[in-house]
Order: sequence, then C-alpha cells, then structure tokens
Amino acid sequence: MAILGFLLTVVTTFLGLLAVTFFIGRVIPIDPALAIVGDRAPAHVVERVRMELGLHLPLWQQFWIYLKQALSGDFGTSVLTTNPVLADIKRVFPATIELATVGTIIGAVFGVPLGVLAAVKRGSLIDQIVRVIGLIGYSVPIFWLGLLSLLLFYAKLRWVAYPGRVDIIYEYSFTPVTGFFILDAVMQRQWDVVWDLFRHIILPGSLLGYFSLAYISRMTRSFMLNELSQEYVVAARAKGLSEARIIWFHALRNAAVPLVTVIALSYAGLLEGSVLTETIFAWPGLGLYITNSLQNADMNAVLGGTVVIGSVFIGINLLSDLLYRTLDPRTRSR
Amino acid sequence: MIDLLNKRVRLLASSAAVALLLAGAPQAFAATPADTLVLGFAFDDIISLDPAEAFELSTAEVTANTYNLLVRLDQADTSKVKGELADSWTVSDDGLTYTFKLKSGLKFASGNPITADDVAFSFERAIKLDKSPAFLLTQFGLSGDNVTEKAKAADESTFVLTVDKPYAPTFVLNVLTSTVASVVDKKLVTENAKPVTPNDDYKYDTDFGNEFLKTGYAGSGPFKTREWRANEVVVLERNDNYFGEKPTLARVIYRHMKESAGQRLALENGDIDVARNLEPGDIEAISGKEGMATTSAPKGTIYYYSLNQKNETLAKPEVIEAFKYLIDYDAIGETLIKGIGTIRQTFLPAGQLGALDDKPYTLNVEKAKELLAKAGVPEGFTVTMDVRNTQPVTGIAENVQQTLAQAGIKLEIIPGDGKQTLTKYRARTHDIYIGQWGSDYFDPNSNAETFTFNSDNSDEGTNKTLAWRNAWDPAELSKKTQAALLEQDSDKRAAIYQDLQKEVLANGPYVIVFQQTEVAGHSDKLKNYKLGPSFDTNFVSSVSKE
Repeated sequence: MAILGFLLTVVTTFLGLLAVTFFIGRVIPIDPALAIVGDRAPAHVVERVRMELGLHLPLWQQFWIYLKQALSGDFGTSVLTTNPVLADIKRVFPATIELATVGTIIGAVFGVPLGVLAAVKRGSLIDQIVRVIGLIGYSVPIFWLGLLSLLLFYAKLRWVAYPGRVDIIYEYSFTPVTGFFILDAVMQRQWDVVWDLFRHIILPGSLLGYFSLAYISRMTRSFMLNELSQEYVVAARAKGLSEARIIWFHALRNAAVPLVTVIALSYAGLLEGSVLTETIFAWPGLGLYITNSLQNADMNAVLGGTVVIGSVFIGINLLSDLLYRTLDPRTRSR
Repeated sequence: MIDLLNKRVRLLASSAAVALLLAGAPQAFAATPADTLVLGFAFDDIISLDPAEAFELSTAEVTANTYNLLVRLDQADTSKVKGELADSWTVSDDGLTYTFKLKSGLKFASGNPITADDVAFSFERAIKLDKSPAFLLTQFGLSGDNVTEKAKAADESTFVLTVDKPYAPTFVLNVLTSTVASVVDKKLVTENAKPVTPNDDYKYDTDFGNEFLKTGYAGSGPFKTREWRANEVVVLERNDNYFGEKPTLARVIYRHMKESAGQRLALENGDIDVARNLEPGDIEAISGKEGMATTSAPKGTIYYYSLNQKNETLAKPEVIEAFKYLIDYDAIGETLIKGIGTIRQTFLPAGQLGALDDKPYTLNVEKAKELLAKAGVPEGFTVTMDVRNTQPVTGIAENVQQTLAQAGIKLEIIPGDGKQTLTKYRARTHDIYIGQWGSDYFDPNSNAETFTFNSDNSDEGTNKTLAWRNAWDPAELSKKTQAALLEQDSDKRAAIYQDLQKEVLANGPYVIVFQQTEVAGHSDKLKNYKLGPSFDTNFVSSVSKE
C-alpha cells in the first residue's frame, strides 16, 4: 500500500510538473518559431516551422502530443544545439553532478565538525565565529563571491585555472567515456589531466561547498544541541565515558539521522544546477543549459531539463528516506 | 531575474576588475598553444553550420573561414567584388545571364575536385531546402522547379546563372558574396544525405545532407570545421588540401564566453589570444596595457529606434522630426558607444555603394519644443519604448529618456528579453522600439528593402520589413527602392540610394543613432589579426603567432 501511494505521488508530481512547464512555455510572449528561424526569415519559412512545431493546433492537443512523446522518453530536439534533448542532458548533467558532488563533500566534511564544535562550545568565541561564517554563507550573493574569488585566485594569484571544465590543450587529447571527467581521467591514468581538472573544479566546488557548509553547520549545531540535552548524554557522562566519545560517537550518531536528510536536500539543490555558479565559471552543466535554452525560447530543452530536475528531487527524497531507515533502527520495523 | 543578475554581475565584475588594475599586479602570462589561435567569442546565436540554413552573424564568420564562394567582397574596396573560385565572369547584354569560369586545380578538403557541378548542386540544395537565407537566391527568380535549369553547369568549369529580371550586376554579385552561396562538396554531401518521405511542404525525397551539414563539414576553405558544441566551443583545423595559401596556424578555437569582463580577464591572463565582445570600459582598459593591442572595423549594422505610425501622436510629421532633435548624439558617441560605434544618421552603413555621411541633427530642445507645439502637443505626452536588456541599447534608451523629458515627453521603458521584444515588434504593438539592423548582404538593397519598402501595410502583410513593422507606408520610396534594383549603371544606382537616404533622414519614422564598430582586444604577439567590414569577412587564415 505504501509503495502504491508513493507511486501515485510520483506520477501526479510528474504530470503536474509537465503540465505547468508546458503551459508556462506556451504563454510566455515569445514566438518559438521565431527562435528557430531568426528575425530575417521570410514569412513562408516562419509559417512552415510553425506547422512543423504543431503550433497551429489547439493547446490541449499540443500538450497531448507532448505528453505522449515525453512518456516514451522522447523530449524532442533542442533548437539551440540541434541535438535530441535527452542526448544534451546526458552530456551536461554529469558536469553538474561532478560539481555538486565536490561541493557537497566539501560542505559536509567541513560543515559537520564545525557545527558539532559550535554546539559543544556553545556561546564561546568558536560558536560566534562559526555563526558568522554561516551568516556570510547565507547572505552573500554567490555571484559576488564567485567573481571576487575568481579575481583573487585566478587573476591575481593564478592558483586555479580559467573558468571552464578542462584546459583547451586537453580538450582534444583526452576522451571522456562516462562524462564524469575526473573519474574518466583517473581510470585512464592521465594524471596531468586529473590535476588540470582539479584546478578547474576546486574554485566553483569550494564556493558551492561553502554555501552548503553554511547550511549544514547551522543544522548540525541545532541537532547536536538537541541531542546533548538528552538524558542519555547525562547517563553516559555519569558512566564516566570520555567527552569526545560522547560527542562524536553517541550524540552525533543520533544527530546523523536528520542530518542525512539535510545533506541530501542540499545535494539535490546543487544538482539542479546552480545557474549563477555555472555561468560565472563557464561550467557546461544543467543550470547553464536550461538558462540558455530559456533565453532562446527553446522549450523542448527547458521541459526536458525540468523533468530531469523533478526526477532528481524525487529520487533524492526516496534515497534519503531509505538512508533514514538504515540509520534509525526504529523506522525499520514500520 | 537572470538578466538583472547578469547586469549586476557585469557591473561588479568591471568595478572589481578596475580595482585589480589599480593594484597593478604584475601579470604572469600563461600561454595558449603556439600553433592554436584561441578566441573568446559569444556565439550563442549559432543554430546550424549548414551554409544553406545558417543566417546568423557568428556562423557567417565560421562559414567564411571554412567554405569558398564564386566571388568574394573585395576588402580593399567594399563596393566591389573579386573572384574566389571564379577566375572570371561575364554578364550577357540583356542582363539576364551570368557566366562564371572556375579557376583550375581547385580541391575540397576531402580531396574531391571542385567543379561547376558542385556549384550548381550548392544552389540547388539551398533553394530546395528553402531555409532562412534561401530568399537571397530566390529573389533572382530561382525556385525549386526551375533551379536545375537556371543555375547549372555548362561544362566542368563553367557555371551559368540565369536571373528573371535585368538586375543591377552589382546587386547580383554582391548577393553572391553571402554565405548561402558557399560551395559544398556534392559527392561528400550526397553520400551523407538522408532519405525523406515527401509531403505537401517538402517535395523532395532527400534532405540534401542538411542533417549532416548542421554539425558536419563539406567545404574547401583554408580551415575545416572539426567540431561545434552549442554554447561551448567551435574548433577549426587547417585544411591541408586548401588550394590557396595555407594558414600557418594548425587550429583555431572559438570559446563561447558571454561576458565582456570574463573575456578581458582571460585575455589579460593569456588564456585566450583574442577577446571579441568587449564593452567600452574594458576596451579602454586594455588598449593602454602592455602586451595588448586592439583592432577594429566598422560593421554593416545600424542601431536605431523607430516610432510606430499606428500611434496617432507619433505619426505626426512634426513629432517625428522633434524626436530627431531630442537625442544627445554627442554624449552618446563619447560615452555609451565609445570604441564600439560611430554616430550615423543615414540608414546605409559606411562602405556600401551610395552610402551618405550626412549628419544634420544635433540635440536641440528649443527646436523640438517648437515642433511639438506645431503638432498640437506643446505639453508633451507619454509613450513606451521596448528595450532589450543588453548594452548599449539600455544605456541609450535611458539617455534618450532624459532628453525627451526636457521637451515634456515622458518615456516609459519596458525592459524585456530579446526574443520577447522582437515578437512584440513583429506584431506591431509597440510605441517605440530600439534595435539594430545588420545588412543581410553587402549591398545597399539589403537595408533599403527593409527601411524604405512596404508592399502591403495591412496587418496581414507578410513581408515584415522595418517599414511595415512601424506601419509606415512610403509608396513613392517603395517604388524607388524597386527601381534601384534594376538600374544597370552603378553611379545612377548609387544616386537613387542617396536620394532614399535623404528622404528617410527628413521624414522617416526612424531615429538612426549609430553604426557599429567591431572591436577586438588581442595579444600583441598575434600578427595579421584583422577584422573585416562584415562578419563573413573576419578571416583568421593569415594570422600567425610570434
């Protein structure tokens, strides 16, 4: 029954997603035919393209055609790239996943200990510093920080490489297989490429990492404060366990359950493709792809991309649900 | 939202970049590979590389460097053409038949020889595919039914083109310099053509290799296209089978870079050799720098704003004239378009046959007020202007808003995305539209046909020229525009265009502001990097590196 209910939610979410994006795409005051043929095309060419796109049909009929194609996995062809939308997404999504993964790893590795530290030393200087770091992460616009860090680390110090995913020199000596460049380069043992990829990903990755760090550390702090006030902590102390063991083993273990959801959600957020980061760092990912498509009224690509994001969200939610069950023994029997 | 952020990003980037400059950091130069030219270039307009389909500015540059034409614009004197694949040509006495003799020993990149049959095939596929640029050729009376007769190979090295009217030879030859007339490798294209089921819209059983050429290549130019990834990269490689002087560079890479500030950073750090889309502030910063150089060339693009004649107030002749006095040409020229344009008030870009340099208007609020009083609106009125969220048009619109206010005209700016404002413009529902017009081909007819020609001013009109979009119906001028097309004598033809420009200057509902200058910043290690008078003359084959 639970599975059936879940499936029903997934299906209705998907249909809603498709319908909303489709109709928004059709009511925006941009002529899709114009986007394809450009301003200079003679009238009969524009008319022919309108027919080819089925724009002369009633809206509900257009939606029905779109729905049928989408359900059979055909999202049409992108106007901008002339490739099938699915092929485009297969190409750009790994770039976003790679960046989001690096970002989340950085965010979690630094965010969780900082949050724990802040909770343990509540009210101390350390707590205040962590709070300020978090506040900056929350409130500073990412494009500003992105540009400044680019100026500092790229233009002035030259520690990192130019925006983009890989240097032009390697662009044609290195053939990616899976689309996850770092993985590919490691598998092919091209260590100089790995180094170059690292120089490219480290800055945008750290930035995204910083922003998820801000969120993760705040949440960790409040979960930990909650755990540390529990009776079992008092009991553990009374038993004479070391403070470190109580904090890192007992309390964090319990705080980990909701923390997984927090990390998963922030990961899902990054997977959407952080448009601004991808723009500033010329990162050829999903966010940039959808933005470019949207600006060119390339509705097939926008719809395809939206569906992918929707699936990711649903997938991640499902995953964190499963993790929840493994980490929290109480939920297993349910 | 995105545009707003982009704007902020740009502002921040430039101010931050200036701060960096002041800090005077010693620049360590990274280097691009010695045999590769790397250009930062915003080419998000590319939608297809097929010469029969492409009609975008960025694609024109790629096509020009990778394909060849019968005749090409003469860089030394842009009102003339010179032979490229064609060794010589003759025009029959009745002005209808053009006979081209090809040079000998020509080869495609594939190694196949270039024959008149390839030329005929290139015309045939462009006409039959009937994509956006096909009208350039169909305007000579070519159609799917007659193209194999009207554009055919008389023998291996003779190509004969028959047109339907005795057009001015300068017009026909100028049109043949546009990229749609590029010659493709018939053998290679035919091998890669896909079968199509004919229908009412498309009567042929092949796609003439359209799908293949969208991303593929079948040309003969100094470079061949290796790869195009939308919004990422275009890679050209030296064509070792090129029949002319071979380029010294092995590779040319266009990297898609949208922002001026980003291009400048990359250029200063040596990650790119050429920055193609710099804004005035960045140009100024680079031009004084050691190791940097700039190059520029006037382009065939005119920036203007136009008054919709459906608006009764804007349709009054005095109001039209008043608008031409209510813009601070000098201030705009010295700040907003500094380095990227020169003030121009006539509709033909400098360099084209018959182009007139007159600039009779200057900012004159008193005169404008008099005119408005005469028009019966002494207190002014309120109008809207549709403005794309890009520079320099936003800046110009804001500047004009201030000068109009001095005469009591309240201008409301409606910002929008490019495609959005254009959709509105084409539906004739705007008051004032600010935009640009780039010549489709390097001939005065291209601009005349849009600024001064309107065949049907009803809302159902299908020829959406700029005159039509602004509901302007200059019957006399339409006739003159058509007459100029058939004028055999080049001087007389030029005189007609000068006449048309004067008429538009005095009475047309367009306030023409400036002609675009394209500027590129580049490393001074580059030799022979030059921009041409149009995008299809921005050649990179003679560039070398120190």
